[in-house]
Amino acid sequence: MGTVVEISSGFFLLVGAFLSVSGGVGVMRFPDFYSRMHAVGVTDTLAASMILIGLMLQMPESLVVVKLILILLLTLFINPTASHALAKAALHNNLAPLLDKSGDNNAGDDSSNS
Amino acid sequence: MIAVATIAILVVMILAITRGIVGPTLYDRILAVNMFGTKTVLLLSLLGFLMGRPEFLDIAIVYALINFISVTGILRYSDALGSTVSVDEKPEKKES
Repeated sequence: MGTVVEISSGFFLLVGAFLSVSGGVGVMRFPDFYSRMHAVGVTDTLAASMILIGLMLQMPESLVVVKLILILLLTLFINPTASHALAKAALHNNLAPLLDKSGDNNAGDDSSNS
Repeated sequence: MIAVATIAILVVMILAITRGIVGPTLYDRILAVNMFGTKTVLLLSLLGFLMGRPEFLDIAIVYALINFISVTGILRYSDALGSTVSVDEKPEKKES
């Protein structure tokens, strides 16, 4: 039973790490503010949930799980709210999304990747 | 596995702070700071488990609250500013 819990904990942590790295790469490479916000949304909710669930399975039956559930609930409430406010403020201040006007939206858009 | 996740979070934090430095508009910077704050919470949780001191989770809770308050405050400020002044540092045709 303990082995199953440890293996699932490692699985959740690895999935969370992969989703975090993919979100970070998306933040660096996406051409537009709104598509970058999509990458950050993936990283902020799903990857954080995966890593926190993996940490919960590291030490079940203690007070740590309650704190981790509290952090998870805060993350799941706070990050969509912040994303919504950010998109609303950006649209309100006339930041236009990058639309596909002439079919060249993947031609030379990452002038700042690392 | 905790060490692997910690290294991944550190890499993502480097990527986020790079986007915050080179971000073309103000909102890219706010987005990067928000992402950096969330990753700070995760890094604190992971470090607490990695160092065998799960008391770090309390600090992680406080960081989550501070992150939300700071992002909301900056957005309120930019919203009030944007009604009179365009806050885009460059027009949105930076990416061509």
